[in-house]
This record gives sequence, structure tokens and C-alpha cells, in this order.
Amino acid sequence: MSEKILLRHEDVAGLDRIDVYESDGGYQAARRALTEMQPAQLVELVKASGLRGRGGAGFPTGVKWGFLPKDNPKPRYLCVNADESEPGTFKDRQILEGNPHLLLEGILISAYAIQSHTAYIYIRGEFVHGAKVLEKTIADAAARGHLGRNIYGTGFDLDVHVHRGAGAYICGEETGLIESLEGKRAYPRVKPPFPATFGVFGAPTIVNNVETLACVPPIVTRGAEWFKGIGPEKSPGPKLYCVSGHVQRPGVFELPMGTSLRDIIYTHSGGIPNGKKLKAVIPGGSSVPVLTADEIDVPMDFESVAKAGSLLGSCGVIVMDETTCMVRAMQIISHFYHDESCGQCTPCREGTGWLKDLLTRLEEGGARQHDVDLLLRVSDNMMGNTVCVLADAVAMPVISFVNKFRAEFEEHLRHGGCPWRAAPAPTVTAAAAHA
Amino acid sequence: MPTLEIDGHSVTVEDGLNVIQAAERVGIEIPHYCFHPALTIAGNCRMCLVEIEKAPKLQIACNTRVAEGMVVRTHTDRVKNVHAAVLEFLLINHPIDCPICDQAGECKLQDYYMDYDRQASRFPLEHKVKKHKALDIGPLVMLDQERCILCTRCTRFLEEITKTTELGVFQRGDHCRIDLFPGKRLENLYSGNVVDICPVGALTNKDFRFRARVWYLDHTPSVCASCATGCNIDIHHRRGEMFRWRPRQNLDVNQYWMCDEGRMSYRRYQGEGRLLQPVVRDGGGWAVRAWEAVQRDVVTRLREIVGAHGAGAIAGIASAQATNEELFLFARLVRDSLQGRTAGLSWSPPDASQDDLLIDRDKNPNTAGLRLLTGADGSVDTLLSQVEQGNISALILLRTDLAPSHGQDVITRLGEQVDYVVVLDTHYGPTAEIADAMLPIASFAETDGTFINRGSRVQRIRESIRPPAQARAGWLVLSQLDAEFSRHAVPADANAVFTELAATHAPFRHLSYAAIGDHGLPIDAGAAAKPPAGQ
Repeated sequence: MSEKILLRHEDVAGLDRIDVYESDGGYQAARRALTEMQPAQLVELVKASGLRGRGGAGFPTGVKWGFLPKDNPKPRYLCVNADESEPGTFKDRQILEGNPHLLLEGILISAYAIQSHTAYIYIRGEFVHGAKVLEKTIADAAARGHLGRNIYGTGFDLDVHVHRGAGAYICGEETGLIESLEGKRAYPRVKPPFPATFGVFGAPTIVNNVETLACVPPIVTRGAEWFKGIGPEKSPGPKLYCVSGHVQRPGVFELPMGTSLRDIIYTHSGGIPNGKKLKAVIPGGSSVPVLTADEIDVPMDFESVAKAGSLLGSCGVIVMDETTCMVRAMQIISHFYHDESCGQCTPCREGTGWLKDLLTRLEEGGARQHDVDLLLRVSDNMMGNTVCVLADAVAMPVISFVNKFRAEFEEHLRHGGCPWRAAPAPTVTAAAAHA
Repeated sequence: MPTLEIDGHSVTVEDGLNVIQAAERVGIEIPHYCFHPALTIAGNCRMCLVEIEKAPKLQIACNTRVAEGMVVRTHTDRVKNVHAAVLEFLLINHPIDCPICDQAGECKLQDYYMDYDRQASRFPLEHKVKKHKALDIGPLVMLDQERCILCTRCTRFLEEITKTTELGVFQRGDHCRIDLFPGKRLENLYSGNVVDICPVGALTNKDFRFRARVWYLDHTPSVCASCATGCNIDIHHRRGEMFRWRPRQNLDVNQYWMCDEGRMSYRRYQGEGRLLQPVVRDGGGWAVRAWEAVQRDVVTRLREIVGAHGAGAIAGIASAQATNEELFLFARLVRDSLQGRTAGLSWSPPDASQDDLLIDRDKNPNTAGLRLLTGADGSVDTLLSQVEQGNISALILLRTDLAPSHGQDVITRLGEQVDYVVVLDTHYGPTAEIADAMLPIASFAETDGTFINRGSRVQRIRESIRPPAQARAGWLVLSQLDAEFSRHAVPADANAVFTELAATHAPFRHLSYAAIGDHGLPIDAGAAAKPPAGQ
């Protein structure tokens, strides 16, 4: 796909400025949606497009919108999940900082579609620049009549607020996000009830990812058929792939959904540097099962990656070459989840630390005979037994790392620590800086 | 009323219950820590995971409402595995300091470990997360963060019941800890309840800490006597000593709670100031006599006074601290047998505490009973004016301490105007100044009987410990005196007294100890509006 939709700012200089965005045809989709279309028509359009949530779970966006209760007298809220925190994931940041009006236009159309008059953009605290850009974007758009009262003379009102997080991964979980937005500790909520019926301040709420909402304006402009025509039928559309780790050109690439993982690594990212061989790839952010070098001939869409035994997740592709110590890599990942477990549910609160402990002993010495099996048992005891999926997010990689690289774990056990420790420490970069 | 199946048992329960509650109905325990019926669902402990047919994942029973046709399995291998797994997770960072923990013996970690886990530790001791122990967080409560399993029952109680939010969860993951919010102390009027609802030894009662092993304690159901609410309690005691009171569930009275004032009032009944032996005035001091001697002395003096001044010369004042049984016998003795007059006193300080949760400004446990059985409050002043006029020669005071309500001067004047004063009380009080005989009687924790609370509910109290030294049950002392002046037999026990009371007083007619049970029953309010029978 040569034409960039989500990363159009890479082709059009200054697209983050409202005059450039407008002269590039920006806000035409919103104007058309608000003045020519009924909200229900928009919901149907998005359903027909096959757009699926880009936050990781891939739930059909139009279907989600359809879950809002018809008879609830409370106001409705649109919540934008801009808490991008999954290690290896840095796609939403590109939109937030480079193409913010596309997001805002998506918010406007979507808010109109679900008849919400208040939208919150929950942005991770570390995105200081992104938050500033959004504030300016909102002010500029309001000054041009794209937000506020009686937008385009249709009588539709919309206010958009930017809410900065304080640095917790768990705020990316949609109900944790809602709790945090309400000023509480970001404990994910016990479900049911789901946000569509009981969300922000107990009112019906839709939580959508940044990239998801950025797909909405082009769907309005070019139609559902155009969108469906990109990539596989069940997971269509343009997609942002974040590539980090041992590749020549790490970065974010906009490609059709279903692009081969091999192509992403070897063509778009330039392959493995220094003539090294590929060892493993985490395809969807640090929380999904790892794939070996033999398993990368997989189209990057929700169904295909799931069939290959992993998950598309947030499309955070983390590439590891042959110098990578898989125990050390998993230790680093487990350190993150131990640090970020909110501590609400017993298995996750206690299990994340236990896993880190076991992995640290394997890597640094002091492991016991059955510790490799214990890694699997503890992971198994965490999986599926908690309020949210953070426990699964560390259990899944552990299980896949151990099962696919068992020999390496056993070697650590025999050696009483990492056998390659004397050599320059092999590490994996969790997230690569993007120019 | 949905019907569901739990482990093969069919159970029909009211809508709105969760699966834990429904299982309880058929005697099936679904282990849980964070769920408490009076608090919102937290769903965090994960101990109550069960299989629900058609749900692919295990479901937490606390957040699963019963539904028609639901099929629940609580004992499959999958469920057993997860119970053991959750317990193992709970215990890896627990200090396992049971030998010095007050909760030992009533700890859900211990109980469930034995019932659902019983596996050897797979976690090295030296890797446990260290937190603070013995944090003094309030006048009544001590916090041990290492023992805490973060079920958040305490924070939810303080958020939802007292609405004072002193405690919160801080940090993340296995470094999470319960702590005070900056600048706060846990000093609301109900702080002790967090100790009761804490399923482990994280929150302990400073007053009870290190004083007893709970398995040595007996407990007796009773009712708190600190105010007219009549919170249901359990009195925990051993060898004649009370160690603690804990609220006992009664959804019609106190739900699951009691106030700190009531909780700590047990100390008033043991230790300093109790009357331990019957005494008679001997010149400027007191002479200790055997019960029978003192009783004979009282009877003789009362007979002399009736002989000298006529029946109307004897009066009695009883307070709302007395039980219905005592008030009934008191009225019978003074009014019927001695042909005297009675008055009732229900007094509370003008600045008495009160709130809209449990604390009532009436600091007497039985004002309603006093009104029904003895007469209105104002009658004390009427009676005192009779004394002023020189019409009263003998006075019997039952659990009546006139000092706070009328002042010491009134007591002194009474002494000058009345020839003979008999005091039946638990403590050596201001009326001792004018008493000619003092008969030590049991506190409400040492006698059987009933009180009527502010909601017209008759509730039983029980003899949890024996009265100290020579003290005797009030009903026994009163009925023995009465037997001297009448043909009334001395009843065998308080139950027999109540049976007589119920037979002669319409508001009580439908009641018996058996019927009242552990949770009380209302009086017949229609009958209460009419004058008491026998008047």
C-alpha cells in the first residue's frame, strides 16, 4: 500500500496544523457525517467496514457501539484510549503527535454516531508532547467550529477533554482507565457490567483506541467497501506495525492488515543487522506468545496470528536475533509485569513477582531443580483467573518461552545461571526510538 | 425465585443473591475472602472461583447472580486446583507468624489452607516481600501489612458504611499495602468493625492483642447494653472473665456492626467499683454479712416501716438499666406485695452521642421495657416531691444511680428524709452515701433476661459469666424478697419469670424465650397502647 492514511503526515508536511489538515480535505468527512448522515447510519457503516479495535483485542468497533443501551437516560461518553503502554508498541504516538486532527475528526464522527457530547482522551502521562499537541489541536478545532456548540449548524455539541495518566500500565485496560479517569486507583472493574452500560461515572461509555478512531474518517470518506478491500476479509483496513529490536530499520510502518510478518521484518525493517540470524519474534507486544524463526510466515491479522499460536495484539513486533538470551529476555518482560500489576487480584499480584523471582534465579543463579516446571505451573495458575488479562499477559509469554526454548532454560539450570554471561550481555530492546 | 443446581443439589432462592449465598443455603461452603454481604463486590481475592455450566472460564461466585437453571460445580478438579493455587499465591508473601498472631484459630488463611490447600511451600522464605508490622493506625486498631491479603474489606467498610475513608491501598503489585491516607487516623466511631471483618490477622484489636488464644474462649450470644439500639453481640469469655465483645449479625437491628463505645463498654463490668458482697450500714461504715442475714435484715426493716407508717410509706425507683424480668418483679414487690409506689428512671446525658447508623442518644438498654412495666420517667420527680412532703419512709433503688440525673444534693436530702434505703446495684455508686443495705446484683452480662430496644424489639441477654463474688442475679434477689411479703413462689430461673410476665402483660403475651431466640421479636404494639394488664 503506497498511500498512507494513518501516517499521512509522513507524506504531507505540517499536517498537524489545522490549516494544512483542512486544505488537505480534513474535516470533510466529519462535516458530511454530521450534516448528511444519521447516527445509526454511521454505526451501520462502521459495522459494514469490518473495522476491528486496534487496541489489541480486535473487537468489531461497530458492534461495540451497538451495545449502548437505547433507554438509559444518563449521558453517554466516548473515551479514547491513548494510554499506549504495551512494551514494543508505539503506533498511537505517531498519530497523536503527527496526525492529531485525524484522531480528533474520528472522535467527532464517532461521538456523533453514538450520540455522546463529551469525549475524554486518556493519554499516558509520559506522552507530554502528545498531550500538548492534543490541547492545541482541540483549541484550534474548536476555534474553527469543529467542536463546541452547534457544530456545523447541526445542533450537535461536543466537548473533548485531555486527561493525562500518571504512569501505570494498567490504565490501558479499559475499566482501569475509567476508574483512573474518575480519579480513583486504576483497578480494573469486575465485569459484568461492561462499560457500554456502566462506564465513566456509571454512564454508558464506549472506549476506543486511537488508531481505531483514526480509521473512521477515511471510512466515511471512501466507504466501507474501500476499507474492506484492504487486507483480509475478516480483519480489513490499514494497520500500523511497530517494529523494534534486532532489525536494520526499527519504526512504525503503515501496511495493509495481513502483511506477512517475514516481509515486515525482512523487507520493511531491513532484516537483521550484522548478518545475524533471527531467533524469535514477539508479534503483538510483550504480552503475547513468542514465535520462533520458523513461524514467521504468517499474515499479520487477528485470525492468522491466532492460528499460528500467538496474538496480533497491538502489533508491537519485537525481533530477537541469535545472540538473544531467551531467559534474560523473559526476565526483563516479567520484571515489567511485576512492576505493573495493579495488585488487585491475588494470582496476578503474587504470581507476577513469583515468576520474576524464578526467572531471575534461572538467569543469575540459585534456581532449584524444578523451577522450569514451576514457571509453567505458576503461569497456568494465573491464566484466566483474574479480573483483567494482565496475569495472562505475563503467563502467555512465559509458557511460550519455556515451551519453545526449553533447552535454553534447562541449560541455565544446569549451568547455575546464564551460560553466556561472560560474553557481552545479550539484551533485547523493548521499544525502539522512532526518528 | 430462581431454581439452580449446585453440586447436584437443587436450590430455590430469592432473586438477587449470589452463588456464594445460594450455596450456603444448601450447606455448601464456597471459600471467599473479599466478599462480605454488607459491602460492594470487589472480586479481587479469586478464592470463590467455581464452574458455571456454559461459561468457558471459571467464574467468581461472589459476582455471579443466581439465575434460573444455572448449574454450579464447586468440587471439580478444576475448581479444587484453583482453590489450592489461590491459597498458594496468598501465602507466598504471608509471614506465617501464626504462633504470635491473634487471629490464629479464627483465621481464614489457616482454615482454608487446611481445607483446600495442604501443599508444601514452593517459595523460598528469604524472598518474601517485607512490609510494616504493628502499625498503630488508631486508638483501637493495629495494622500488620505483611499479614494482609488485600481483600479491601476494611477500605470498603470505611468507604461505604462509615463514609470516613481513612484507609486506602498504596503501591502496586506485591508491594501493595493497606495504609492510612496522609494526615488521617482510624478513629471513627465504628473503627473496631474492621478488625471483625478482616479475614486474617492484618487488623487486630489493641485491647485484645496478646490477651488470649481464641480457641480457649467461649462465647455467649447477648445484646449490648450501652444504648437503646441493642446491637446483638457475642460475649467472648473464659473462666469468668470477659475478653471481648463482637457484633453478632442481626439484619433487623445492627446488621453486622457495633460501635466502639459499645464494644469497649465491657470493661465497665469487670474490675474496679463492683459491689461484691452484701453489706449493711454499721455506724459510719459497712459491715459485710451473709446474704441471708442481710436479706432478713431488709425484710425486718421494711415490715417495721409498713407497720409504723402504713403501706404507702414504701417507694421504689428502677432504671432503664434493669431487665424486663427485674422490672416485672420489682413492680410486683413494691406495688403489689408492699402496696408501695414505683417510679422509673431513664436518663442520658444531655450531650449523649448519637448518629444515624447505630448509636442512639438514649444510653439505656431498656427504656421501652421500663415504660411498659414501671411507668413514665416523670414519675421520679413526683415521687421525690412525695419524699419532700415526708410521705415516704423507705426507698428501694434498683440499678438507679440518681447522681448524674438529679445531683448529689438530691441524694443527700433523700438520705435525710427517708428512714431506710436499700440499694440493688452492680457498682458501688453515689447512692451508697445514703444506703442502709446494699445488695450486689449481676451485670447484664451475668444474668439471663430481656431488654426491649428502640425498635420495640424484645431481645435476650444471657448469663455469659457468673456474677462476681457474692453478687446474685437481680431476678433472684427481687423474687426472694417478694416471697417474704407475698405468696409468690421463687421462680426457678429467668425463663420462669418471663413466662409469668408474658402471661400478665398483653404486649408480651405472644412471646417466650424460645420464640424470641437469638434475634429477638417485636412486642405486640397494639397491646402496648392499652394499659398493662393487672393495673
